[in-house]
Amino acid sequence: MCFCRVSRTAVCLCTAAPGDPCKCNSEQVCRGFQGTMPSNRSVSEAPITQFVNCRILKDHRLQREDLWVREGKILNPEKLFFDEEGFADTQVDCQDRIIAPGFIDVQINGGYGIDFSQATDDVKGGVALVAKKILAHGVTSFCPTLVTSPAHIYHKVLPEISVHDGGIEGAGVVGVHLEGPFISLEKKGAHPEQYLRSFQNGGTRDLLDTYGHLDNVGIVTLAPELPNSREVIRELVQRGITVSLGHSVANLSQAEEAVQEGATFITHLFNAMLPFHHRDPGIVGLLTSDRVPPRRTVYYGMIADGIHTNPAALRIAHRAHPAGLVLVTDAITAMGLPPGRHTLGQQVIEIDGLNAYVAGTKTLSGSIATMDMCVRHFRQASGCTVESALEAASLHPAQLLGLSHQKGTLDYGTDADFVLLDDALNVRSTYIAGEQVWEK
Amino acid sequence: MRLVILEDYDLASEWAAKYIRNCIIQFRPGPQKYFTLGLPTGSTPLGCYKKLIEYHKSGDISFKYVKTFNMDEYVGLPRDHPESYHSYMWNNFFKHIDIDPANAHILNGNAVNLQAECEAFEKSIAEAGGIELFVGGIGPDGHIAFNEPGSSLVSRTRVKTLAKDTIVANARFFGNDLSKVPTMALTVGVGTVMDAKEVLILITGAHKAFALYKAIEEGVNHMWTVSAFQQHPRTIFVCDEDATLELRVKTVKYFKGLMHVHNRLVDPVHSMKNYKN
Repeated sequence: MCFCRVSRTAVCLCTAAPGDPCKCNSEQVCRGFQGTMPSNRSVSEAPITQFVNCRILKDHRLQREDLWVREGKILNPEKLFFDEEGFADTQVDCQDRIIAPGFIDVQINGGYGIDFSQATDDVKGGVALVAKKILAHGVTSFCPTLVTSPAHIYHKVLPEISVHDGGIEGAGVVGVHLEGPFISLEKKGAHPEQYLRSFQNGGTRDLLDTYGHLDNVGIVTLAPELPNSREVIRELVQRGITVSLGHSVANLSQAEEAVQEGATFITHLFNAMLPFHHRDPGIVGLLTSDRVPPRRTVYYGMIADGIHTNPAALRIAHRAHPAGLVLVTDAITAMGLPPGRHTLGQQVIEIDGLNAYVAGTKTLSGSIATMDMCVRHFRQASGCTVESALEAASLHPAQLLGLSHQKGTLDYGTDADFVLLDDALNVRSTYIAGEQVWEK
Repeated sequence: MRLVILEDYDLASEWAAKYIRNCIIQFRPGPQKYFTLGLPTGSTPLGCYKKLIEYHKSGDISFKYVKTFNMDEYVGLPRDHPESYHSYMWNNFFKHIDIDPANAHILNGNAVNLQAECEAFEKSIAEAGGIELFVGGIGPDGHIAFNEPGSSLVSRTRVKTLAKDTIVANARFFGNDLSKVPTMALTVGVGTVMDAKEVLILITGAHKAFALYKAIEEGVNHMWTVSAFQQHPRTIFVCDEDATLELRVKTVKYFKGLMHVHNRLVDPVHSMKNYKN
């Protein structure tokens, strides 16, 4: 028995003893059965692509390394070299670009005229359109977000949106984000007041009555000061759903209790919550709270569009808790559209430059910045490293959703979803499962 | 022997790389005629590997028809451990060049039958037609590969238990935890390297000076195994000034005086761009 380099199989078909000529090919020498046969060794005929002349984001640093891809996953070239004696079939010259994991947007309400909170006749088509368009922004996975809506909207829309992989048709859906209706009246922001709800029937009952079912839900934003919220948080966490605190007037204690029950995210930090106060920091205080369970990280979404958060506030949050910062667009229907009036959920909004207001007011109703704009703005405003800016849009959202073993990194074995960027962090091309899905 | 003395580490590394480059290119390797190269690990050859990679990237040399045989590998260390010699060769050399993976031979320290692994390695070298050029380094105790003091000067590829000195010296790569340092290794023998048509030993740094003195100015002695190469017809020692600190002034002056002859070996430096393969 031997490791045959000719047949490339673990156990040679011949019966030669170690040291004797291998009978598969008399030029080879039987090397003896190698006891520590790597069990995940896969000899595959699938083509291997090697991306060269690039800098990849790996182990939190930009490194001058090649990126190897096979069958939609990042491949370990050292294992390929020694185990399979394999090499690349195709080489792609990246022209010294940066390769970062594909961006993950966990809060996006629509775009290009599509509003995820509207029960149109073609919800699937709407989601697909946005999914396709955001490839140009470097987004390879996203959470279609529904704002506070009446129950019948959820019952009509949710069954039409399912978790699925991305590809040439568009970015993948990793779960729906339900922002509301279990939120605070005082901090409703642009959400329609008449559809706000509370947990009056105990909690879980209210969830199912309102949403219908929770099958493809990834995140739920709620206000933890609402009575019975603790039971709800526990229920959602048990179902594998990320619980986020937002649109709330909770104080720090209430927020900490919610985190102890399993909440792990803060929806657009600073916006729609009590401002930081030095004797009661409120939800913002979670960034430096010492009551967060050990080994748990509280993540927080930041809309880094230059409008929703003053750069100084962005810097304070980033410096206080850099590992938790998750860039989100909170993009609305009008993203990608020209200035004017458009609908968001049950309301009408008005575009003015990069600002989007509830029509007739000065209340911000979401942003129209794209994810790559947010990455660039965050980098410029915070002065952080390129690596930090990229991780805030990829690694951190993946960690938040518990997906970092598959997405958000360029580690071996993870999905080959990535973007090529120039030094100014403009997206030049987007790849999903190793295939190019968009190019500038 | 030839003793080539360069001013510093970088110049010594470059000279050695140019020499290796010329050897390979002038051999005119092809699909029917592979150039067999023996290779070392450690900090000494890093500069030389960097230069060879540079020559490859500029298109002056290809390793497509080169077969390599590494000197040694730890026993029992997982192949993907950052300190294994497989990792070293991948990161510092193989991943940057165009060698066919099937032609890169490194001893497998995790083979179930280590003895058989060593014998098979010797057979692979023989089947490849022997080694054209074996590049090596020298330990502070004068060892070549893991042929520790006391190793037979006619030894072949085998399992060796590492000397205490070597284990302590290696501890820095294993978090200074002696219990994590491998205690055994597979190594080519002194005899195996002596069989090569030509041997190039790279020696740099003051801490190697005494070993160099013992190797070339004293007698052939199994306590300083590199001294065996005094009996090899074609050996080159490439070193920097610091490595010569324990030699006699007379020796150093003589060989420095021969530099114009030695430099003809690397000047002109050949390129595969000029040859149609």
